[in-house]
Amino acid sequence: MKVHGVQARGKEEIMTRRRIVTLALVAALGLAVPTSPVSAETPGVTGTEIRIGHTNPYSGNASAYGTIGKVIAAYFTKVNGEGGINGRKINFITYDDGYSPPKTVEMVRRLVEQDQVAFLFNTLGTPTNSAIHKYVNAQKIPHLFVATGATKWGDPQHFPWTMGWQPNYQTEGHIYARYVLKNVPNARIGILYQNDDYGKDYVKGFKDGLGDAAKKLIVMEQTYETSDPTIDSQIVNLKNSGANVFFNVTIPKYAAQAIKKSAEIGWKPLHLLNNVSNSVGAVLKPAGFQNSKDIVSTFYLKDPTDPTWKDDQGYRDWLAFMKKYYPEGDLADLGNVFGYTAAQGLVHVLKQCGDNLSRENIMKQAASIKNLSLPMLLPGIKVNTSPTDFYPIEQEQLAKFDGERWVLFGEIYDAGKK
Amino acid sequence: MTGARAWERALVVAALALACALPFALSGFRAFQFTQVGIYAIALLGLNILTGYNGQISLGHGAFYAIGAYTTAIMLDKWNVPYGLTIPVAGLVCLVAGFLFGIPALRLEGLYLALATFALALAVPQILKYFEHWTGGSQGIVLSRPEAPAGLTLTPDQWLYFMTLGVLVVLFVLSANLLRGRTGRAIVAIRDNPIAAQAMGVNTALYKSLTFGVSAAYTGVAGALSAVAVAFVAPDTFNVFLSITLLVGIVVGGLASISGAIFGALFIQFVPNWAQDISKAAPWAIYGIFLIVFMYTMPRGIAGSLKLVLNRLARASGGAGGPV
Repeated sequence: MKVHGVQARGKEEIMTRRRIVTLALVAALGLAVPTSPVSAETPGVTGTEIRIGHTNPYSGNASAYGTIGKVIAAYFTKVNGEGGINGRKINFITYDDGYSPPKTVEMVRRLVEQDQVAFLFNTLGTPTNSAIHKYVNAQKIPHLFVATGATKWGDPQHFPWTMGWQPNYQTEGHIYARYVLKNVPNARIGILYQNDDYGKDYVKGFKDGLGDAAKKLIVMEQTYETSDPTIDSQIVNLKNSGANVFFNVTIPKYAAQAIKKSAEIGWKPLHLLNNVSNSVGAVLKPAGFQNSKDIVSTFYLKDPTDPTWKDDQGYRDWLAFMKKYYPEGDLADLGNVFGYTAAQGLVHVLKQCGDNLSRENIMKQAASIKNLSLPMLLPGIKVNTSPTDFYPIEQEQLAKFDGERWVLFGEIYDAGKK
Repeated sequence: MTGARAWERALVVAALALACALPFALSGFRAFQFTQVGIYAIALLGLNILTGYNGQISLGHGAFYAIGAYTTAIMLDKWNVPYGLTIPVAGLVCLVAGFLFGIPALRLEGLYLALATFALALAVPQILKYFEHWTGGSQGIVLSRPEAPAGLTLTPDQWLYFMTLGVLVVLFVLSANLLRGRTGRAIVAIRDNPIAAQAMGVNTALYKSLTFGVSAAYTGVAGALSAVAVAFVAPDTFNVFLSITLLVGIVVGGLASISGAIFGALFIQFVPNWAQDISKAAPWAIYGIFLIVFMYTMPRGIAGSLKLVLNRLARASGGAGGPV
C-alpha cells in the first residue's frame, strides 16, 4: 500500500491526466447509456435483443420431446416478426443434450458462459435439470418454466432461481384425492404405483390431499418395477382387498395392462388414471375402448385432436400458427401445444418486465403472474405465481372416457388453494 | 527410427506444456470441456487396451464407466468420503467387476463377445434404477463440485482440470510401461495368434481376464472423475450410446495406440458440437459424414496417420542433416 502511494505521488502529473481520461470515458459512457439502458447490467440483453438459452433432446431415446424446442423457436420467430417485445427481438439459442445430464451441464455452461444468455427457459427433463439445478442457482441465472413434472422445481427458499411450469405429480395426486373425498362416500382405495420418485410423488400428493382420512380410506398399496413383465398379480391383490377406487399410477405400458386385467377379472372400481398415461392412442386403444370406459383422468391443455375445440378461437389461432411457422410439426402432438403455451407464458413475463431486464427483475416478474389465461389452456385454468409459489399451473380438470374420447366434466380443481 | 523417437518425445513434451497452459488461457466453460476430454481419454485408453491391443471387442464399456461413477457418487453421498479417495476405489471395484466379467467372456470370441458386452450396457441403467436406496433411482444423485484445496489459487474448473490431467498422465505412463514390456507382448500376441501365444507358454485365459479387468478399471476411473466433474449421476447418462461413442473414439483415434486415446477423446467431445453448429436439423448426419471422411482419409486412425507423418519428417530431417 505504502509503496504504491509513494509511486502515485511521484507521478502526480500522470495521475491527473489519467483522471481526465477516466472522466472523459465516464462522460462518453454516460452519453452512450440512454440508447441501451440495461446492456451493461444483464448479459444477453441489449437495446435490440434478448438472448435466451434452452436445452432439449433432439436426438436419443427422448427425442420425441424434440418438437417442444422446435415449436418454441417457431413461436419466437412469430413474436420477432411482429416486432419483438418492447422493441427487442428474441434470440433463442437451443442445443441438443440427447437427454444426457453431462451433456446438459456442458451445453448450459456454454449458454451461460460463452453465449452469455440472459436466462434459461423450459430446459427439458428431470435428470437433466437436476444436473444443472445447483449450478444455475449458484450463478443466479433465472431458470424458468422447466419442462418436467417432478415436484422439486418449486422450492424458492432453497432454489430461488428455478421455477416449474406444468402441474406436477403431487398437484395431480391432490386433485384425485379431492374428487374421491367429495364424490365417493364409502371409498376403499387401492393404489398401484411405480416404485420410484415418479410414483412416490403422485402417492404423496394423493395422501396429502386425503389428509387424516388417508389411513382409513387406503386399503392397499401395490408397487411394481419397470423391469417387471406384468402387473397381473398386483391387480388381483387389489381386487381381493375389496377396493372400490383404483388409483393407477403407472406408465403407458403397465397402464394398458392394468385396464385390461381388471376387465378380465371383472373388477369394476372407480378407475383414476394418471395424466402420464391418458393417451388414447398409446394406452386406451391397446387396452380396448370397451375396457377403458368410465376411466377418470386429468387434463390442463386443450387436446388438438378433441373435436370440442374445432371452433375455439385459441385452437384456431394455434392451428394457423402451426401452418405458417411450423408446417412440419405434427398437429396431433400435445408437445406442440405444450411448447406454444409455455412460450406464451414467457412472453407475458418479459412484457411485464418492461425495460428493466435485470435477472432479478425477470425472476421477480416471473414470480408475480396474476390470473393469466393462455389460449390453449383449458377454459378457466389460470397461471398464478407469487414469491412463495413457484408452481405456475396448479389447476386441472377431470375427464371421463366415454368409450371413444375423453369428455371433460365438473369444475376446475385448484391444488394451490387448500 | 531414433529420429522418429526424438520427434515423438518432443511432441509429448510440447503437448504436456500446452495442456498445462490451457486452463489459464481459456474460460471456465472451455476448461470444463477439456476436463471432459481428459476423462474420455482415460476411458478410451482402457477400452483400447482391451480392443486395440488384446483384440476383444467390447460394446459395453459404458457399464464400467457407470459403475465407476456410481461408486464415487455413493461414497460421496452416503459416507462423505473425500473425493480423492473414491477414485482409486472406483478403479478397484471396476477391476474386480471387469475381471469377473472377463472369465465367462473367455468362451466368447469376436462378435459374440461384442453382443455379450452389449447386453451389459443395456442392463446396467435398469439395474441402477432397481437399487434405488443407494443410487437414487431414476432421479440420480446430486453432488457438490469440489473446490481447489486451500493454498492453491485455482478456480474449481482449473482444479478439476489439473486433477484429471494428473490422473491421466499417471495412467498413461503406467499403461505405456505395461504394454511395452513382456505383458504387453503377451497381450498383443493373444490378439494376433492365440494358438501361437499359447504354444509360447502364455496363459491366455489369465491374460485375457486380467486385460479385461485392467481395461474396466481405467474406464471406471474415468467414470469416477466424470461424476466429480459433472457433480451429478443418473442412469440415463450411461446408456448404450455411451458405449458406442467410446468404441467410435478408439477407432477414430487409432486402435492399439496410446496417444490415439487423446485424439479419439477430442473427436467424441467436439465433433458432435461442431455438427450441431453446422446443422441444427440433422446434426447426426453431419457427424456421420465427419466419421466417414475420417475413416477414409485416416484408415489407421488419427494416431496412425500422425505416426506416418512423423516417420516421414524424421527421414527428411535425417537426409538434410547428413551433409552437415
